[in-house]
Amino acid sequence: MATETITLKIKRGDGDGPSRWEEYKVPRQPMMNVISCLMEIQRNPVTASGQKTSPVQWDAACLEEVCGSCTMVINGKARQACSALVTELSPNDEPIVVEPMTKFPRVRDLVVNRQRMFDALKKVKAWVQVDGSHFLGAGPKVSQEDQEVMYPLSRCMTCGCCVESCPNYNDRSPFMGPQVISIVRLYNMHPSGKMQAGARLDALMGEGGISDCGKAQNCVKVCPKGIPLTESISVMGRETLKRALFGWLLKG
Amino acid sequence: MAAKSSILSSSGQVRRAIVVGGGLGGLMTVIKLCEAGIPVDLFSLVPVKRSHSVCAQGGINASVNIKGEGDSPYVHFYETVKGGDFLAHQPPVKGMADAAPGIVFMLDRMGVPFNRTPEGNLDFRRFGGTLFHRTAFAGATTGQQLLYALDEQVRRYESQIVEDDKGVSIPGEYMVRKFEFWDLCGLVLDDGGTCKGIVAQDLKNGEIRSFRGDGVCLATGGPGVVFGRSTNSIINTGIAAAIAYEQGAKYANGEFIQVHPTAIPGTDKLRLISESVRGEGGRVWVPKDRKDKRRGADIPEGERYYFLEERYPKYRNLVPRDIASREIFRTVFHDGYSAEGQQAAYLDVTHLCKTPTGKAAVRKKLEGVLEIYEKFVGEDPYENPMRIFPAVHYSMGGLWADYEKGADGSLKPASPRNQMTSIPGLYATGEVDYQYHGANRLGANSLLSCIYGGMVTGPAMASYREAMKSSAFDAPSTLFESEQKKRQAEYDTLLGRTGAEYDVNPYQLHHKLGEMMLQKVTVERHDKELDEVIATIKDYKSQWKRCAALDTTSRGTMNQSVVFLRHLRGMLEIADIIASGARQRQECRGAHYKPILDPELNPDNPKAKGRDDEEWLKTTIAVLENGGPRLSYEAVDVSLEPLAKRDYGKVTTSKPQSTGEAQRPADVKPLAKPEEPPSTRTTSES
Repeated sequence: MATETITLKIKRGDGDGPSRWEEYKVPRQPMMNVISCLMEIQRNPVTASGQKTSPVQWDAACLEEVCGSCTMVINGKARQACSALVTELSPNDEPIVVEPMTKFPRVRDLVVNRQRMFDALKKVKAWVQVDGSHFLGAGPKVSQEDQEVMYPLSRCMTCGCCVESCPNYNDRSPFMGPQVISIVRLYNMHPSGKMQAGARLDALMGEGGISDCGKAQNCVKVCPKGIPLTESISVMGRETLKRALFGWLLKG
Repeated sequence: MAAKSSILSSSGQVRRAIVVGGGLGGLMTVIKLCEAGIPVDLFSLVPVKRSHSVCAQGGINASVNIKGEGDSPYVHFYETVKGGDFLAHQPPVKGMADAAPGIVFMLDRMGVPFNRTPEGNLDFRRFGGTLFHRTAFAGATTGQQLLYALDEQVRRYESQIVEDDKGVSIPGEYMVRKFEFWDLCGLVLDDGGTCKGIVAQDLKNGEIRSFRGDGVCLATGGPGVVFGRSTNSIINTGIAAAIAYEQGAKYANGEFIQVHPTAIPGTDKLRLISESVRGEGGRVWVPKDRKDKRRGADIPEGERYYFLEERYPKYRNLVPRDIASREIFRTVFHDGYSAEGQQAAYLDVTHLCKTPTGKAAVRKKLEGVLEIYEKFVGEDPYENPMRIFPAVHYSMGGLWADYEKGADGSLKPASPRNQMTSIPGLYATGEVDYQYHGANRLGANSLLSCIYGGMVTGPAMASYREAMKSSAFDAPSTLFESEQKKRQAEYDTLLGRTGAEYDVNPYQLHHKLGEMMLQKVTVERHDKELDEVIATIKDYKSQWKRCAALDTTSRGTMNQSVVFLRHLRGMLEIADIIASGARQRQECRGAHYKPILDPELNPDNPKAKGRDDEEWLKTTIAVLENGGPRLSYEAVDVSLEPLAKRDYGKVTTSKPQSTGEAQRPADVKPLAKPEEPPSTRTTSES
């Protein structure tokens, strides 16, 4: 039976300093998610044992699972705190355990710095090289079929769930992660994006690229947007192999 | 004396422009500046890819006329002006509508995965306030897709090295430097009041620094968080606009706050269910029996009251947002209808999902929206009608911005006046400005106005920079040091609020402010309540002085609570502007509605004129004076199209009609022309 309060255990700490656990009790309301619990702690920063504390620091923006900001490890799983509903996490009053992601440098409490993911997008040239933003007429035609493949790939919000769950992504490895491989697939499909396909494939064949994937297949299971990451990895695996074998013939 | 080099200042520094805010408006401004060869420092509260633009769902308007309905940019212009109840200056709106097709084509070239027709062309859907298919879309996450496309183009410039005037690379200098997780603290204004740079704070470690800029643009979005819970991202506190206002900028039309008709109620935020749901055939209804507590799916067709369709037989579920919100509000609050016993109405797509093909088609076009309902409510919207209620969504008002009219009645391209605030050298673009939507914004015009604003602001800032007599990079360093010291001292004072006299929790104060604004300054406004609100805001401003720091870390640590104190101060100022503007304006126009002035409700009161063009066809201007807004008014430029009654063909019925058998929205064919066809004119497409 659910009681009047929800218990949260939150891992806190500054930068690479030591961590500590704090426990909180917040009043239960209908339709609560982890974010509304954290908001409640801001309004009443007191631990379960009645000690005054500082509000927990956390990252959030849209609260509807499109911006990727509020990714945390909740009950052991990397996910967005906004779509983590209390009724699902704690149907029988179990405490909800909240930790920062472990694959990125911690800033403070639940806030981490995911710059490494954005740097990877730069490395693989994840953009269409347009001639400019001035008027150049309509864009290329795209079939409905291709759009239906590209649109889901384009929903990646660089949230970090996939790399958090990936055994090959860590601070000892240069692996750029599955999301980048999937983004290369997206840009290499676009009618004008594919004109720079070779350069992107080269980046995937370089340091931290596709050969660092250990095929654990965790990524696809945790992606909140259901992006077919393993399918992208296998498609790009074929493409990079083709380029490695015949690239010198195709002079791309 | 003009600066010697366009790239370097006399002292040999790279002359950068500053853009604050990395949503669509900011990123488009950056792209345009880079294309003009101007390096940019880009500041954002969050990594730019997480900006609030991601939340836009339904699409972006452009009269490409792909379905051969006779749509044109001029009709788009007219319907935007009419949708805004004629409060917007017409030249900028015309510029925007003319540029729209080109903007959508540009986004398509950048790789936005827009939905397609069988021929491979861009597909367009219907949205409110028009009878044409004018809205291009990428599933139901169009804003996200657009933001990513611009983000990627800016990332390209992040990798590009600055060249001097002879084309020689300047090592270590990139076209774009991003400062993410940085918060604006102040503007650096010289003795003449010209903006020469900013002071900002690195939220990761609390560091406060000044930056020089030859031209500064604020593209910092709207202030929805003033209302506590809204459809906005929780970063949308309006702080940057409030800082500009505190430093002398004019704030215009603050009282015009859009309330979106269809959102999911929630404790942390009110999640939007896009207008595109109605654009694709979704219907709004309540059970005819006010006491009916059955599940929506169990209520037979004949017992449903499709009040929008009955009251507006022509536009049906796609009347403009202010109208739809008011009708839902009235039906639920005043007439006592409900959905499953809750204060809500139904938004229903289940009739479209009766067959597997129908369901698949709905999924293809609306999945991103419907999955929000599924995830956050835990019900299947393909099977059960969704329970929705209006929520604060968008601010039509914002920082006052200028424009120069060209010979064609539209904007004069590249005029340095375009989008400039009342502070010289300071620009505003996107939701933070007030230019494009008048008293009410049409759906799918916001992505457009953000991008168009950026397309105008970039060239305007380039012209401004070229004409500068001396670069900000040659200004005395004391100017920057003193503003930096002032802002550091401000922060340190807040950090030191640890004593027992600081007995107010700022988050609780914000909660109270939000609940009050939500209840009293949204759909229906009453003078007596507004007076109370204004007095309470004054009291809250004094309570703010007693707000505690909550978090007593050292200067060099991330401290969201103390930063929030700063934002709360700004929110109180903006709340004051909104409430005071609403109190003063004695008419009903667009989103601003006072029941006592509605002629429909008060047929015997001659003062209840509804919209009152004689007295109130004017822009509200607020400036900060003696701790509160001083209001004045400015004429509206209606040089292109005459005023007309804003009529969407309402049929007045107070009760549901007995049949309840309304035609299906999917069967509605758009008429060849809008009601007041202005399409005889030709347009100059650029």
